[in-house]
Parts: sequence; structure tokens; C-alpha cells
Amino acid sequence: MSESERKIRVIIAKPGLDGHDRGAKIVARALRDAGMEVIYTGIRQTPAMIAEAALQEDADVVGLSILSGAHLELFPHVLDACAERDILPANTLFFCGGIIPEEDVARLQAIGFQGVFGPGANTNDIVDFVRERVPAPA
Amino acid sequence: MSEPMDEPMEEWRRRTYDPAVAKRPERRDAFHRSSGEALQPLYGDGADGEALGFPGEPPYTRGIQPTMYRGRLWTMRQYAGQEDAEASNARYRFLLDQGQTGLSVAFDLPTQIGYDSDAPQAQGEVGKVGVAIDSIADMRTLFDGIPLDRVTTSMTINSTAATLLALYAAVAGEQGVDRRAIGGTIQNDILKEYVARGTFIYPPAPSMRLITDIFDYCTREVPRWNTISVSGYHMREAGCTAAQEVGFTLAHAIAYVEAALGAGLDFDAFGGRLSFFFACHSNFLEEVAKFRAARRLWARIARERFGATNERAMMLRFHTQTGGVTLTAQQPDNNIVRTALQALAAVLGGTQSLHTNSLDEALGLPSEHAVEVALRTQQIIAHESGVADVIDPLGGSHYVEQVTDEIEAEAAGYIERIDQIGGAVAGVEQGYQQREIMEAAYRRQLELERETDAARSDGAPPGTVGAVKVGVNRFVTSEAAQPEIVRVDPAVGRRQSAKLEQLRARRDGPAARAAVEAIQQAAAGDANLMPLILRAVQAEATLGEIADGLRAVWGEHREAVIV
Repeated sequence: MSESERKIRVIIAKPGLDGHDRGAKIVARALRDAGMEVIYTGIRQTPAMIAEAALQEDADVVGLSILSGAHLELFPHVLDACAERDILPANTLFFCGGIIPEEDVARLQAIGFQGVFGPGANTNDIVDFVRERVPAPA
Repeated sequence: MSEPMDEPMEEWRRRTYDPAVAKRPERRDAFHRSSGEALQPLYGDGADGEALGFPGEPPYTRGIQPTMYRGRLWTMRQYAGQEDAEASNARYRFLLDQGQTGLSVAFDLPTQIGYDSDAPQAQGEVGKVGVAIDSIADMRTLFDGIPLDRVTTSMTINSTAATLLALYAAVAGEQGVDRRAIGGTIQNDILKEYVARGTFIYPPAPSMRLITDIFDYCTREVPRWNTISVSGYHMREAGCTAAQEVGFTLAHAIAYVEAALGAGLDFDAFGGRLSFFFACHSNFLEEVAKFRAARRLWARIARERFGATNERAMMLRFHTQTGGVTLTAQQPDNNIVRTALQALAAVLGGTQSLHTNSLDEALGLPSEHAVEVALRTQQIIAHESGVADVIDPLGGSHYVEQVTDEIEAEAAGYIERIDQIGGAVAGVEQGYQQREIMEAAYRRQLELERETDAARSDGAPPGTVGAVKVGVNRFVTSEAAQPEIVRVDPAVGRRQSAKLEQLRARRDGPAARAAVEAIQQAAAGDANLMPLILRAVQAEATLGEIADGLRAVWGEHREAVIV
């Protein structure tokens, strides 16, 4: 990678109220160690806060984590808040993780999450996933 | 007893064991091996000196009670709570019918963070990870038909602990049970919330004051209540090592004691109501040693640092939960084995109560079947394994004793480091504990991934380059379809909101508002808040109204994000 090449910019965020952020932090750190520019928002972020962070940071990638089981309620709200700022699955790579039952994966993929990572996921796989799927700069 | 015994052991029996048995007989007159040989209560020559000591005597390395589980088994206490008070009440009655001996309430996140179920912040989270409690009406339903003078209840509640304790005491009062007679525990450990668990509301200083108010009030008014459960569990879940778990937990306990001393409380008077909560992971003997090290270190801190003379204040009494983070979504039946090993280590480490995780907890909320298997695991250890028939059977093992010494020394080193940076509260503010935990978590992740890489490249046999997780990075099989997942009824949020609407229409609104204002006035000064919170919940003020009232006075904590 040349010096002038722009680093992939990633927001890792935790919507909702749950404080389990070991996974989110490890993913953030692994992506950073892989050479990406990563912002981890911290816990208890509202959809608007996450969307605003993605806008301000000009994110190429948004990764969300929930372990409380509220993913089907909250993830769509984050997508809506992002869409209001023209951050769309068409121009930004969305992925998510947490305690997410198998039967919910297809639903999350259908609304725009290209990757859904559960317990035991490997960070190298997540790094590869982001590199392969990140949209080309406009 | 025909066996000749060494003198120190005989002296212990005369001094401590025999009087304890005379006061309360053991579970049976004699315990036997399969051939009929009667067991001694304790084995060893008693010559190991003060570091090891004897059961029921400081420094409690071999256990805090003179008879340990020969006298009474640990309390089997499964953490449960879901949806609304009606659903959780049914689950508690089921568990009590199955032979569980204490309750442990899981609250949903809005309740833990001080939001009513109809607050915008609560959206999507109501009833998800525990029961939603908004007011005394919910609390009444939660314990309907459960006599609060006959069960003890542990409540995993921290920044809103004062409100939940007040609700519990108020409902007990309605049942005709004096608050002096109720027994149980509130977690009430805010420091580990800042460090690892995340349900903080207020900044550290007022949070610590609320905790000392609870200590003070309970010492006088609710004397059988454990006013805090200083918790290593969540830091361990977040990734720290066994020695860090002990070191950080005891450093946090020191901070609470110092805050209480600063408020004029007497350690000998409140120290006996402190309790602890640890995780138990799968490195079996290290975990056994960890519990023994924690007990010995706390006894030393209580005596040397705080000048305790009351032996109860030197005892590290603790609850254990098996390690949630050790469970796998892959091959979930294997989790039964992991949990059984961890539960056995907790028992051999001398725990006072135990929660065993359910096999499906890496997938979602536990099913009733999985909860039953988890409880049966404890019952098998208690009644079939024989480990409860002698005291500290691993005591004296060269390996266990040395690792106990090592963990004690490592943990003491972390406490010293935290002392140097100005104490545990300063450590939280500087992110010291958070950083240490994150580093350990990342190291662990890299070990797991080294193993994954080796497995994928067929490079090395299992366990020779990294950390093996059976079913995840080694011994992987194609997965069967996941079992059906327990779902929280999405209507629970609407039902809670409707209940709140009815409550607000029915109650004496000005009285509820005045009660919250009285809390606010006291919060700006230094009067004890507990009696005022009790009055407010009795006036049907809601949990969210009380928390909002305090937010207005104290402000909210802002997390320093550390990756």
C-alpha cells in the first residue's frame, strides 16, 4: 500500500444499552492492527449518534454489535438514521455481530448487513471480509 | 475416631470444629467411602503453618466455615429473569419447585440503567436480558406467592440498587415481613460497571456516596442484607486473567471500604456484610487456587489494612458463576461438560453459592430444559460426587498450594499498582483496569487465532501453538441446526408502557413528585438517601423518575473509550 493510498475507515458501534463490548473492542483492534482507521464509539449509542459518527468520520465501513437480543429492533433504526445522511448499504459496508440466532441472519442480510459474525468468529476472517467487500472510493 | 491425629489438627477440632458441630449438626452423623470407611472432616497434618491455617479460622485459606459443606451445602442460585414480572414470577416458582434454594433476579437493561419501560432509551430492550421493573406494582407481582422471610434473594443491580432494595423491603413489608428479617444481596458494585459491565449512570463520586448510604442504612435497618457483591465476574468475562480478577476485585473492595470509613462507618460493623462474586473458568486447578488465594488475601487486607478484629469482617464470602464467555455456540452440548468442570472447581474452591450456566447461553436466552440440566449439574456434584463430604479436599496438594501462593502474590501486586496510581476510583478514571483487561483479552484472542491458523494450514497438532477451543478452532464438525431459540415476547414493552400509564393515572401524582423532590434535596446535601428512596417507591414513584431526579442533581458519567 502506498503512503498516499487512503486507509479504510471503519466505525465500530454499540447501539442499545448492553455493555458487553469485549467483542466490539477486539474487532476494532484487529481492524486497526490490519492497517485500517478505526473509531470505536463506546457503549449505549443511539442510532443518530452512530449515523453522525459515520458521517463525520466519512466511514467506508460500519460494524454494529449487540448482545442483549435487541438486534432486530435496533439495527434497522441505525440503518434508517444512516440513510437519512445518505449512508447506504450501496455506498457503505455494513456488518454486525453478537448473540444473533441463525434464523435472524437472513433477515439482517436482507436489510443490508453483508456480514453477520457470531461467537467464535475469527478476526482474520473479519479483516478479509472487510477488505474484499469495502466499496471502492467514489 | 481410631486414627491418631496430629496435635494441631486435634486442637483445631477442639477449638473450632467440635463447637460448630455442637451448635449445628452436620448434614449427617457420619460420611463414608464406598467401602464404609468413615471420613475425617479434614485431612492434613496441620503442620503447614499460618498461611494454610484451618477451616473457619483466619486467614480462611481452607474455607470460611468450620464444617464447610458437611454442615450445609452451598446455595444453588440460578440467575433468572425475563420479560415482565408475571413471566419471571412463574420461572422463580418453577426453580424453587425443582429444589433451588435461593433466588437470583436478572433485571432488564432499562431497569439497570434507570429508565422506565416507556422511555425512548428503553426501546427494544424492555424485558430482553431480564425482568422489567418500573414500580412497586411490578415488584409485588414478581414476588407474588414467594415468602420473603423464607427465601434469600440476590439482585444483580448496581446504579439503581438503592431503588430495587427499597422496592424489595417495601414488598416484604406488604407481606408482613419486617425488613430486619429479609436476607439477600444487591450487587451494588459500581466500579466494575465503569470498568467492564457498563450499567453506570452517575459519575464516580456520587455513585460511591450512594453505596455508602446503603452500607450505613442496612447496618442499622436491614442487618441480614449483603450490601454489596464486589464482582470480579464481569472483568473476567471481559478478558482479564485469574490473578487480575482477584487483584482488581479486592482493589475495588478496598475503595468501597475506604469510602465507607470516610463517611464515618466502622469496618468491624459493616465489613461482615460485604460479599464477593467471581467467575469460574475451565483451568480447573488454577481456579480452585484462585478462590483460596482470594480468601487469604482479603483476610490479610481486613486485618492489616483495616485493623479488623471481628472475624466475620475478615471472611471473603463469595458467589460463583461459571464462565459465560467459555461457552460456545458450536457443539453446544459440550457446554454441559464445561459448566460441570467449572462448577466442581468452584465447590472445591469453597464457594458459598453457585450459578451454573445453561448449555444454550451462547445462542440466546436459556430454555427451561437447559436451566434444569444446569441445576441438576450442581445437584450431582452435591449429592453424588462426594466432594462435599470433606473440607477442602485439595488443600495440601503441592501444585494447588503453590499456585494459591502465586495468585495471591500476583493479585497483591495489582493492588499495590492501583494504590500507587491513587486507588481504584482513580484507576477507573485513568482507564488502568480497562486497559489491563483489554490487553489480556486481545492476547487471548490472538492465542485462539494462532490455533485456528494452525488447524487450517494443518501445521501443528492441537494445542501446540495456541489455545484450543473444542468445536471452535479444533475438532470442528458440521453443525446441526441450532435448537429453537427462546424469544422475548415483543409485546412486553407495550404491556409495560400500558401498566405505567395506568399507574400514573391511578396514583397520587403530587405525592410521588414530592417524594422525588425530597430525594433530590438530600442528594444535593449529605443526608442518607435510603429512607427517602423507600418513601418514594411506596408513594409509587417509578424507578425512572427517581433515577431522572438524581441525574438532574448529579449529572451522568461519560465513558472514556479504551480500545
